[in-house]
Amino acid sequence: MEVCGTHTAGIFKSGIRSILPGTVRLISGPGCPVCVTSASYIDKCVEIACTPGFALVSFGDMLKVPGSEDADGMPVSMDRAKGFGARVELVYSPFDALDMAGREPETRFVVAAVGFETTAPAYALLMDEAESRGITNISLLTSLKSAIPAIEWVCDSSSVDGFLCPGHVSVITGSIAYEPLAGKYGKPFVVAGFEGSHLVDAICELVSMAAREGSAVVNRYTEAVTEEGNARARAIVDRYFERGEAVWRGLGPLADSGLYLRPRYSGFDAGSRGLVQSAPAPKGCLCTDVITGRIDPPECPAFGSSCTPDNARGPCMASAEGACGIWHANGGLR
Amino acid sequence: MELTGTITMAHGSGGEDSSILMRHIFGKRFANPTLDRLEDAAVLPPHNGQFSFVPSPLVVSTDSFVVTPMEFAGGDIGKLAVCGTVNDVLMMGGVPTYLTCGFILEEGLGLATIDRVAASMARAAKAAGVTIVAGDTKVIGRGGADAATGAGMFINTTGIGFLRESIASGEASAPGATGARAGDAVLVSGTLGDHHACILSARLGIENGITSDCAALNDVAGALYETGLGVHVHAMRDVTRGGLATVMNEIAEASVVTIELDENSIPVTGEVRAFCGIMGLDPLYMGNEGKMIAIVRGEDAEHALATMRRTEHGKGARIIGRVVGQGESAVIVKTRIGGTRKVSALRDEGLPRIC
Repeated sequence: MEVCGTHTAGIFKSGIRSILPGTVRLISGPGCPVCVTSASYIDKCVEIACTPGFALVSFGDMLKVPGSEDADGMPVSMDRAKGFGARVELVYSPFDALDMAGREPETRFVVAAVGFETTAPAYALLMDEAESRGITNISLLTSLKSAIPAIEWVCDSSSVDGFLCPGHVSVITGSIAYEPLAGKYGKPFVVAGFEGSHLVDAICELVSMAAREGSAVVNRYTEAVTEEGNARARAIVDRYFERGEAVWRGLGPLADSGLYLRPRYSGFDAGSRGLVQSAPAPKGCLCTDVITGRIDPPECPAFGSSCTPDNARGPCMASAEGACGIWHANGGLR
Repeated sequence: MELTGTITMAHGSGGEDSSILMRHIFGKRFANPTLDRLEDAAVLPPHNGQFSFVPSPLVVSTDSFVVTPMEFAGGDIGKLAVCGTVNDVLMMGGVPTYLTCGFILEEGLGLATIDRVAASMARAAKAAGVTIVAGDTKVIGRGGADAATGAGMFINTTGIGFLRESIASGEASAPGATGARAGDAVLVSGTLGDHHACILSARLGIENGITSDCAALNDVAGALYETGLGVHVHAMRDVTRGGLATVMNEIAEASVVTIELDENSIPVTGEVRAFCGIMGLDPLYMGNEGKMIAIVRGEDAEHALATMRRTEHGKGARIIGRVVGQGESAVIVKTRIGGTRKVSALRDEGLPRIC
């Protein structure tokens, strides 16, 4: 299983599936932060964006992610809400929100903070900067998660033979983060980079380890990943955030897998903690089975017919890093 | 006259202030006998150049330009408005000759900025061999054009050209998206993604050495039609929004062919490649403003390549692929590690991503 959506994209981009023998099956895992964000989180984003005096600040790939269905059975997304007059500001960097907040002190800017270990430090730095600049009309609606508990969930509930560990997440956590999993489940974990050659090399290593039933962590992305990871990044995350239960779309609630602003920074929180209840998946959407590797995207009846990137029923199709979106963009080919 | 003021609603009134724009900026920068008459419409002089013996059909294209920022490394909105339209006329086998331009100016825009853009347009028009024969200005209230980055402007240009004599006389075939056939070679005139990466860098405040490739491609397109060269050009397209992947898909679709591109041969500068890596962008989907692809008869590939490389804007030309089959529309990329992948046209706008 390649845990990370960027790996899935890299595998397609390099045409690796076209040269793999039939005995090796690659499964796209739950490592696209957009895809595992609960529908109730999207609903909350829409609610905030529709409130007068509020603006929701988001990266582009969240826009089309469907939340709950409206009375007509159509899932509501931020993109659709914009058509109803909701204020959604697209940014390339969350720090753009600081400038917006500075320019419009009367407006409350809520940043949709979605991501894994990789993105969490940026939001911690954003808080740090907001504090030091004395900007108070900014807050976070967090859906920040740790990828490790999700990998553990997969170990518990599927027969995956080995894991390509997410390269960017590992930069922060260090390869050491997978040691407990390798010990507990007796499976191989290989940290991989994103270029075609990186991926081929890591897949080779993983397959040969799995063949001899090796259970260890191997780092094949030493250009960027160390054993210990980035302690400074983890320290600033720790200063602002604490662990708590989080709901994963498709996986359900996982203990200690979420990051929430600590109580002393609750003034910066836009209501992230109440969102544990996940709305049911849209009708006919098998994203849950895709995220957990039970099926490949084309096996979902909705794939490419009632669910396309332009009209996504589920988050895996809506996100550019989602397995369905990537398979669809590549013509649904293996 | 020193151009220190800014655009006010009065500049759009049609009165004295409007004539300042015409007299001191556009009329001065674009001066030529046709425009100087300041009539309601241009009566175009008979075309008495090298094509006078053939009654060539007209080739016409129009395009609007709204780029932010207006001025960037390697060009500005004015140069872009000339080159973009000129290139569209060229790609259909036309020799661009005349240009009209419409300006929508936002209240508050500096006259000196407008003059800089006009001067740049005049230079680009001269280089592309086109005469600006008609134009218009309108003023809109502040916030109408580009509230985020200060006062802005939009430009529309229409290009008029004459079909090349060799095409008009039937000696050469007209290039078009439907012309690709099995066995043809695909050539690109140079590196991909430069303009897109330059504009994105400017918007994000990232300092780097990436320069827009904004240029008129008269030399490259013209060289492929040199008399006596014998290159059979089946299709030409400038690689703009949507990038190479989108252009190739349009041609594969229209010609009902399968095109195979070789990733190793597709030229991208190291700096653009690195920028794309950081931003999660694919150079195959990034726009250029001074690059084109040509699809030529297979046996003419090397000859066409050498010809393109002799031109200023085709120095970096490469053969990047072949049309490998007929009857099915597809674009396949042979990847660097020897695999294959199917590439589709760009969907949506490339959006900023989380990770």
